[in-house]
Amino acid sequence: MPKNTEQDRLKSPLAKARGHGSAHHGADHWLHQKITAIANVPLVIWLVYSIVDLKGASYGEFTAWLAAPLNAVLMILLLISTLYHARLGTQVVIEDYIASPCLRTAKLIGIRLFFFAIGVACIFSVLKIALGQ
Amino acid sequence: MMITVRKSHHSQTKGLRYNMSNTPTKRVPRPLSPHLQVYKLPLTALCSITHRICGVGLSLGTILVAAFLLAAASGEGPYNTVMGIASSPLGQLILFFWSVALYYHLCSGIRHMIWDTGRCLDKNTAMRTNYYVIAGAAALTVSTWACAIMTL
Repeated sequence: MPKNTEQDRLKSPLAKARGHGSAHHGADHWLHQKITAIANVPLVIWLVYSIVDLKGASYGEFTAWLAAPLNAVLMILLLISTLYHARLGTQVVIEDYIASPCLRTAKLIGIRLFFFAIGVACIFSVLKIALGQ
Repeated sequence: MMITVRKSHHSQTKGLRYNMSNTPTKRVPRPLSPHLQVYKLPLTALCSITHRICGVGLSLGTILVAAFLLAAASGEGPYNTVMGIASSPLGQLILFFWSVALYYHLCSGIRHMIWDTGRCLDKNTAMRTNYYVIAGAAALTVSTWACAIMTL
């Protein structure tokens, strides 16, 4: 740890702490992970219930189900919340286990693009089915 | 800590003087911390890594969710193809592991939320709640599949 300089002495404790976490940022990441986790609990229970209910559904039955406004809205909320939660979670796993800065940065960019692409594909599909009815 | 050391590494560091201060002096061989290979992981640690493995598995599973929704949006033919795969033994096996991972991550995640409030963090409570998490995940998985099979 470097010795305290005159400049450091004049900094507030918050300013000293800023940027010194393992990921060089504050509590936002943790907070977002927790908020999406809370949202995921009821949404995921709804999803599992729906999958059990829809098992072996025909194309007509499935599209009619997804076209119901409540189901379409819950599905889009679920996709946003779980995919954002997944991006935050895999980010921590990469930050913990990938030591090489080059590879780490590449993977961190990769997961952002990956989950964004998955999200766009899923939400576009839901909207096409829901609005196409 | 509930850690059993399988192999002693103490002999390696015997007779060394540790430099505990922050001032850089001459290079002193520091004691090496015994790492994962020599630990018998306690159940709490196994539960912790399982939470991560399930999370990564569920993240990869979003590819299949996207594939299903894209197929459904593409029309009846592609929908029937993916529904056929989902109903096949392989598809059912994937769905089973998906449900296990989901329920484990859910139960373990709820424990994380309780931990975040500062409760249940001591070693013995953590050990006891390990069993609650495992039992909860197992009960939810079994009841979901029982419901699915009984309402066929």
